[in-house]
Amino acid sequence: MNLSKTYTIQFLLLSVLLIVFFIANISLGSVTIPLEEIFNILSGGISIKDSWETIILNYRLPKAITAILVGSGLSISGLLMQTLFRNPLAGPFVLGISSGASLGVALLILGSGIFGGAFLILIFSNWGLAIAASTGSFLVLSAVIIAANRVRNTMSILIIGLMFGSLTSSVISVLAYFSDAEQIQQYLFWSFGSLGNLTWTELTVFGTIYLIGILGTFFVIKPLNSFLLGENYAKSLGINIKRSRNIILLITSILTGVITAFSGPIAFIGLAVPHLAKMLFSTSNHKVLLPAVALIGAIILLICDSIAQLPTSEFTLPINAITSLFGAPIVIWLLVRKKKIYV
Amino acid sequence: MTNSEKHIVLQTDNLAIGYQSKKQQTVIASNINVSVEKGKFVALLGKNGIGKSTLLRTISKVQKPLQGSVKIKQKKLSAYNNQELSTTLSLVLTERLPLSQLTVFELVALGRQPYTNWIDKLTPDHLKKILWAIEQTEIGHLKDKRFYELSDGQLQRVLIARALAQDTEIIILDEPTAHLDIHHTFKVFSLLKKLVENTGKTIIISTHEVNLAIQLADEFILLSEKEIYTGTSQELINQNAFEELFPKELISFNKTLEQFVIKKN
Repeated sequence: MNLSKTYTIQFLLLSVLLIVFFIANISLGSVTIPLEEIFNILSGGISIKDSWETIILNYRLPKAITAILVGSGLSISGLLMQTLFRNPLAGPFVLGISSGASLGVALLILGSGIFGGAFLILIFSNWGLAIAASTGSFLVLSAVIIAANRVRNTMSILIIGLMFGSLTSSVISVLAYFSDAEQIQQYLFWSFGSLGNLTWTELTVFGTIYLIGILGTFFVIKPLNSFLLGENYAKSLGINIKRSRNIILLITSILTGVITAFSGPIAFIGLAVPHLAKMLFSTSNHKVLLPAVALIGAIILLICDSIAQLPTSEFTLPINAITSLFGAPIVIWLLVRKKKIYV
Repeated sequence: MTNSEKHIVLQTDNLAIGYQSKKQQTVIASNINVSVEKGKFVALLGKNGIGKSTLLRTISKVQKPLQGSVKIKQKKLSAYNNQELSTTLSLVLTERLPLSQLTVFELVALGRQPYTNWIDKLTPDHLKKILWAIEQTEIGHLKDKRFYELSDGQLQRVLIARALAQDTEIIILDEPTAHLDIHHTFKVFSLLKKLVENTGKTIIISTHEVNLAIQLADEFILLSEKEIYTGTSQELINQNAFEELFPKELISFNKTLEQFVIKKN
């Protein structure tokens, strides 16, 4: 009897793909480095050229790791939101959470010009951006939740999320109006999204906060699965609804906040990847879905980043443009396809 | 404590039910004093809008009473936390499930959540309970199907299996036969009757199937505009309670047939 299906083949395949695209991502770039040299450097050997070692270890490797963290983190956030709101179109971007993080960062970068002094110290500390972005995303998410408790209609919740998104962007516009060109440019570049430019120290900060968020997800697997039956059933199964919801919100805002802080607001991954995972694994069990979306999200962002750096060229496209180019068709396809869309 | 009191699993005391908003209180029914004994199949009757669902929601702590109290196993409902209540009382609701890819087996297995560890691991013991619930409700052949592929009658039995897997003394079902044809309605009723007899669980359902309930239920709670009647079908017939159930223009209760019949002019 097939009581609990196992997904060994799918997970094995995805893990292999992750490694392949990880290596591919590192080997692509404006400078061509032979594959054996890459393996040599990654395994701690000494390369023929010093510059290759610098490129790989201080530039490409942190960028590939960032891609994995960002891709998996955003996808997990998206899955949590879709289950919590029982709405297949929920995601960190649609619900205005990414915009909240943007507002936090905008206040920090642009606000420093207006309010001066005190903020300046914060900008240059690694934690400053992360805290500002997480606070921003948490505030918007809380506001969405409060509104969601009052309306209970999933369509209204999405519209409210979009409204919060446009509210925050108009606040950002007002801030930008009063800021000088230099700061606006700084903010604009941040908002294009970028996986590169992270030092190992920054990556350590990023990774630490990311891990805290990921560890949290283990504690909400049970409530997430019971939410599949709706709130009343979840409650009758002994779930503390309020506490579970707060933990889920906290995890989402930590993950979305820290990711947005270090890589800019990246669209669509959080919305599209959970649906890919649900199709590939055809299950709603979060014990399977959580690792699945993490793997798929990481792979897809590695691919997007490889495309963004335009192999063999000196230019790098904004990552946000690539994910939208990839994500928008998926969302359209999901809606046009007459099949069922699952929570 | 007298002997009969010991067997009372659910009791309401001067209970008033309805909705409370900031501005006003909407009382749907008040002065409800009922008690339900262990191991009984109880049917809650009443016309549309009289407050059956509200009463069920109140005694299962989905909503708060306006006044009075509910006691489950001699303990006030308000003193139970979600976790405690989930091992005493399980629900089958009328609300639609959100669209997910849950299979029948997974759905029934969710009934074990009050007992599973923090990561929801199913031990052999849990599996045994789940398979027992599946067997009792005769849904073994549907085990690997997704719940949205089922007919209304099949889904209802799956939801009952989920409540069974939850292994509680009391099961409350809100109109479990609402969308079912007469065959499946009977199937659900006889399944519930069988479960009460075999397991000693207390099952409370709200239903519009008065004629069927009279034949199968042990006890009745009948909500009418005038008063609330409780007792066995015979006691209610003797009190002329069924006549109070509906307006008298179209149908009337025939005491010898023990069912409602259409009035002929």
